[in-house]
Amino acid sequence: MSLQPQTIADVQDIVRAGGHLLPRGGGSKPGLSTPTRGTTSIELRNLAGILEYEPGEYTFTAYAGTPVAEVATELARNGQYMPFDPLLAGHGATLGGTVAANTAGSGRYRYGGVRDFILGVRFVDGQGQLVRSGGKVVKNAAGFDLSKFMVGSLGRYGIMVEMSFKVFPRPAVYHTLMLRYGSLADALQATFRLSAAPFEPDAVDLEPQPDKSCQFLLRVGGLESTLPDRIDRLRTFFNDQSAAIDQAHILKGDEETALWIGINEFEWTPSQTDAVVKVPLSPRQVVDLDRAVPDSIRRYTCAGHVAWLAVSKVELLADTLTRLNLTGLRLTGEPGDVILGSRLGLSMAQRVKQALDPAAVFGEA
Amino acid sequence: MNEQKRLSVIKTPFLDALREIYPADRLLAGSVQALAYESDALTAFNARPQAVVLPETPDEVIETVRLCSREQIPFVARGSGTSLSGGSLPVAEGIVIALNRLNRIKRIDAETRVAVVEPGVINLDISRAAEPYGLYYAPDPSSQSICTIGGNLAFNSGGAHCLKYGMTSNHILGMTVVLADGEVVTLGSASLEGVGVGPDLVGLFVGSEGLFGIALEITVRLLPKPERYCTVMAAYDDLGTAGDAVAQVVASGLLPGAMEIMDRLAIKAAEAAVHAGYPPDAAAIVIVELEGETRQVDEEFKALQAVIQASGARHIHIAKDADERARIWKGRKSAFSAVGRLSPDYIVQDGVVPRGHLGHALTEINRLSREYGLEVANVFHAGDGNLHPLILFDGNQAGALERAEALAGEILRMCVALGGSITGEHGVGMEKKAYMTTMFNETDMDTMKAIRMQMDPGLIANRGKMFPGD
Ligand SMILES: Cc1cc2nc3c(=O)[nH]c(=O)nc-3n(C[C@H](O)[C@H](O)[C@H](O)COP(=O)(O)OP(=O)(O)OC[C@H]3O[C@@H](n4cnc5c(N)ncnc54)[C@H](O)[C@@H]3O)c2cc1C
Repeated sequence: MSLQPQTIADVQDIVRAGGHLLPRGGGSKPGLSTPTRGTTSIELRNLAGILEYEPGEYTFTAYAGTPVAEVATELARNGQYMPFDPLLAGHGATLGGTVAANTAGSGRYRYGGVRDFILGVRFVDGQGQLVRSGGKVVKNAAGFDLSKFMVGSLGRYGIMVEMSFKVFPRPAVYHTLMLRYGSLADALQATFRLSAAPFEPDAVDLEPQPDKSCQFLLRVGGLESTLPDRIDRLRTFFNDQSAAIDQAHILKGDEETALWIGINEFEWTPSQTDAVVKVPLSPRQVVDLDRAVPDSIRRYTCAGHVAWLAVSKVELLADTLTRLNLTGLRLTGEPGDVILGSRLGLSMAQRVKQALDPAAVFGEA
Repeated sequence: MNEQKRLSVIKTPFLDALREIYPADRLLAGSVQALAYESDALTAFNARPQAVVLPETPDEVIETVRLCSREQIPFVARGSGTSLSGGSLPVAEGIVIALNRLNRIKRIDAETRVAVVEPGVINLDISRAAEPYGLYYAPDPSSQSICTIGGNLAFNSGGAHCLKYGMTSNHILGMTVVLADGEVVTLGSASLEGVGVGPDLVGLFVGSEGLFGIALEITVRLLPKPERYCTVMAAYDDLGTAGDAVAQVVASGLLPGAMEIMDRLAIKAAEAAVHAGYPPDAAAIVIVELEGETRQVDEEFKALQAVIQASGARHIHIAKDADERARIWKGRKSAFSAVGRLSPDYIVQDGVVPRGHLGHALTEINRLSREYGLEVANVFHAGDGNLHPLILFDGNQAGALERAEALAGEILRMCVALGGSITGEHGVGMEKKAYMTTMFNETDMDTMKAIRMQMDPGLIANRGKMFPGD
């Protein structure tokens, strides 16, 4: 069954009536938003639209069902953007779904992820109450920060109806430097060297190739007049410092834009994939994980701080993650167990669950 | 309460149990050394705890919290006691757990840009330890040379660079904490994503003002030191024009690392204290700092110069080198204590307004200052709309503190009415708990209380803070 609230009051009424509820935004992450039997889908598509946007404040407030693409367009009109780089905009991802699933793209490397840009939230808790946390200004330290708590909450602690974000001026132009390394380990070494250098790339992605080599992508944004020099310095830095096996290659313009849009839209995942899984990890764990999942298509964003795996056997992956003491989130595929591997802090999450949704209207913690 | 009566309140079995954890020199009860813990940087409040303990290991902290939980004795964690909102004020019938000796930097992984530290580590010491690797810890409260990372975490402390880099919360990736009922949980990770999957418990714990429990080990994110800084100080003949200049910088599409404003009184005080080189007759100065890759900053600087030149500044000074930059910042960072010298007492407020309302807010603060007959110095983080009016008063005059508090209250209400917040970075603590309900309605408050009850059913962790009527 599915319900389509038109107003916040509708959402409250639905929750008060009880049952088992699962919010759904644009449905771009079906593993998380497809209801199982006995669960009612709460479609937030109609609770959409930007409520406040003051470019000079670097903030906006919008309903949770607002498509991120719509927000991005409006921001771009004023030369601004969401630096956490929301995923799957082209698939209809909404703000609510992006926060609930915590899906930030490669661009989060520069300034931070969803948690770093959310300022406030209004949500309906398990008893149908409308709760506000955080604020609408870029700096605020009053009260417990439930807006951050909601990042990654998967709709299990309340239905977010409205949220406020910080935004930034968008770099005028981007160039991408592509290098090829003999192995993933070599590419990781390159990111390690980059760590202590004063360069400020927007994205650092690693793509292991079938032939065991590894593609290394550095996206750099800024003023058009400075980019050639900055890219040149980076190229020199890597030429001098590490063992790239190929000439560096530079992408610009539409080709460059299309590359990163494709990455954010999961175009790199094969169509017969069972599921796409996000695994946050330390770059120190990348080689072990990579070795353990040779059959999947892998992509490491954020200089190896986040792994994205397109896998065909999800159960196997769950075991692997448990063994490596890692946690994964399955975004696509059939509904069911979406959190894979080991779970830290579950008992603390359960405490919050007791406070926000004691009757478990929104499922288990 | 006199000393005799106070001693009779002490539950001896509890103190005895504490003595089993701590040797005599690390358990202060009724001694002179314990006096130092009776208040924090908000000296208007004080209370004498029944004991102060000085743990040296996380296990000692855990044991102490478990003991407190068993005996239902309230405890207050304490870093350096620099809280400006009474956050580390003791509870009379409880104990203080002073964490300064848990000050080990356990690991710096420069290649992945993280550090793992104990809660008593001084904020600036993290940057010092990271310096040889070309890295630093970004949040920079003005108290950074004395305050601890544990206190920063509990209060979600800020500093001058929050617009671009965020607050403490944005730099904490993981932690191990002991909750108030003694359970030890590990949250987050050494990934830049922190928690990454599942609700962001790290984000919830940061800023909980010591009400959930005590952070024992903290994983922070480090950033590469900017290759180039470009620091500009511009002087203005009135505060309004200075406020407009900040708005113009933002509108130009630049993202400065910091934008600060100081008014006449603050300038005068800072000049007298540290000779920062501020023009003493200016009505306001704006400090704007660009930082990043040299090539980019140099280019952005041209744009910044154009904006500042057109902004009606009557004097513009560009820091020529690191020393000059340090001097400009020294004046700003010592402003609180410098203003403190102008007056026997002061309180600092910490409200936030949307940047576009800065001018209005300052005019209003001026009017209130005249109405109350109290001088107010303004030093603030203009880039993020975070005001720091310092209200000067003489505590020896009858009713002066009350008048200052009433004035402070009006400023906070104004901030909320303008769509802002009662606190940008100093936290609610004791001081602002009465104003929580101007920002949050009953449901919001009840929800926060319900969460607190789950973390701390006995309400023993930092009792009496954040919630009005508590
Ligand atoms: C001159 C001056 C300038 C300042 N400038 C700024 C500024 O620019 N920006 C800013 O944000 N603040 C500023 N402050 C305020 C203050 O320094 C910060 O709030 C700081 O984070 C407090 O750190 P502390 O170690 O002194 O903590 P304390 O004052 O000892 O404690 C603060 C709170 O944290 C709790 N706590 C401490 N350690 C832990 C732990 N390990 N686990 C859980 N809870 C804990 C305490 O119970 C208390 O509630 C300033 C203060 C002064 C005196």
